Amino acid sequence: MSGMHWEHFPHQADMGIRGIGPTLAAAFEQAALAMTAVVTDPARVVPDQAVEIRCEAPDDELLLVDWLNALILEMAARHLLFSRFEIHIEGHRLQATAWGEAVDPDKHRPAVEVKGATYTALKVGRNESGQWLAQCVVDV
Amino acid sequence: MNLAQFERVSEVEWRVAPFGKMRVPAVIYADEALIREMDDKVFEQLTNVATLPGIVQAAYAMPDAHWGYGFPIGGVAAFDADAGGVVSAGGVGFDISCGVRTLHTGLTAAAIAPLKQRLADRLFTHVPAGVGSTGQVRLNAAEMDAMLRGGARWAVEHDYGSAADLDRIEEHGCMAGAEPGQVSEQAKRRQRDEIGTLGSGNHYLELQEIVEIYDGKAADRFRLRQGEVVVSIHCGSRGLGHQIGTEFLRQMVIAAPGHGIDLPDRELACAPIQSSLGQAYLGAMRAAVNCALANRQVITHLAREVFADVLPGTHLALIYDVSHNTCKLETHTVDGQSRRLYVHRKGATRAFGPGHPALPNDLRDIGQPVLIGGSMGTASYILVGTEAGMARAFASACHGAGRSMSRHQATRQWHGRALVDELAGQGILIRSPSLRGVAEEAPGAYKDVSAVVEAADRAGLARKVAKLKPLVCIKG
Repeated sequence: MSGMHWEHFPHQADMGIRGIGPTLAAAFEQAALAMTAVVTDPARVVPDQAVEIRCEAPDDELLLVDWLNALILEMAARHLLFSRFEIHIEGHRLQATAWGEAVDPDKHRPAVEVKGATYTALKVGRNESGQWLAQCVVDV
Repeated sequence: MNLAQFERVSEVEWRVAPFGKMRVPAVIYADEALIREMDDKVFEQLTNVATLPGIVQAAYAMPDAHWGYGFPIGGVAAFDADAGGVVSAGGVGFDISCGVRTLHTGLTAAAIAPLKQRLADRLFTHVPAGVGSTGQVRLNAAEMDAMLRGGARWAVEHDYGSAADLDRIEEHGCMAGAEPGQVSEQAKRRQRDEIGTLGSGNHYLELQEIVEIYDGKAADRFRLRQGEVVVSIHCGSRGLGHQIGTEFLRQMVIAAPGHGIDLPDRELACAPIQSSLGQAYLGAMRAAVNCALANRQVITHLAREVFADVLPGTHLALIYDVSHNTCKLETHTVDGQSRRLYVHRKGATRAFGPGHPALPNDLRDIGQPVLIGGSMGTASYILVGTEAGMARAFASACHGAGRSMSRHQATRQWHGRALVDELAGQGILIRSPSLRGVAEEAPGAYKDVSAVVEAADRAGLARKVAKLKPLVCIKG
């Protein structure tokens, strides 16, 4: 898909993550990649272990925070890093598979642990060029 | 920040009279240079805090204040439960009870010098640090609940340290009112193998040399001698605290309209203290405080094991343990009246003055040690709570240097390897699993901790006692 990408934006103490894509689901996938990139280079993470994630929220913005926090919980509890995502969103209900591998300090050189996704600079919607954008600051 | 927004009360106190929906004034303690450099977000966030129901006296910011979540980091606010006061998950923060403890070694820097490399390497391999690291302790469901109820006391009962340690920890090592039943299974899952781990980001274990004494009497009482080495540990409640923060923030955002609370910012999510959600959060948060206290106690034990091996006969005695991200029920005098208040400190240190009943017997006449952690290559400080400070900002002081630059900017400006080499040239050994993490934590990305401490001292929040310089830094 064209125009799909992620980026980071600055926050004084922490890090802003932004996903951009042609659909809401694509923007959520890119935001998740941006979050992995806070920890390590996503290209170094082999997607060979799958985890199923489901969440539901009152609106798209809370859904983004829930999605990222569900990933953070799996990253922390299973010591995983994720590099591939497949997401289906219907209404404000999300169903996803995330693929990744166990953290290996020598291979991944993880810079920092993500503590939680926050409501700071939280935005989900279409930008001027009609693409979907999903962003927030993550606490590290 | 634009200084015209403030009334300058003194050289180090800046006041904003209530406007809009503010119920009380906002007060920032800082010198002119620090407040000029503060992000405009501090003004916005502090004046937002001043709108919350049941807030008492004023919303305060410490000299190290910077842009946080809802509350500024370095924010202090107290609420009266009987006046509709709230408890805020954002006002406590994600890393509940993140804090610092400092221990004596009784050894001089000269005595440690030949063993510095070995101590650095041994501490780095023995104390789990960084992303994905796990501790030696595995907790089953019953042990998890016992830890969440007992805090450092639980750790001592399991032979991690001694009863003497407990006396030198806030709440005597065990926060009352913890309710493990209010802590979700997800939060407990994140903690199963994380007890006794440092974490990452700005967390560290350092060996520091006492390089300057400002207050001989207090230094004597804290047994701080120039030229001697102390061990400082900075970390918090790990995954458990982060998960509790995340879950309650969400619940409080959704429940706010039902509680009749109009949130100026979702991160200010809060609930009335006298509501079931408010009480559930307090029970869970107190459990997270105990988790942090247990964690620092287990790490202390690991540091003691390394010293026992490398320098047999060394006794690491705890000077004090402070927590930065908390909400505690305390008694304060407001307009001549004694009131029970829920004091939120987000990136701020409790600083009780002499005579406070919460202090250990042998420190009660002098005041509470206030431990201020610096950034990797700069200084840390030990201060003491004062009589005057009790009447300012509900007995609170700064907590560290505070960031002045984003991680993003820091990695563009510094290279991890070069930084490690540069600091080694200054006699500071860095051990870290991540060079990018080191670059993100570059000393230059933080405010000048000395200026922050100077302002806290001049504002009467706490008094300077000693300055510490890092020798070894284990970074998460």
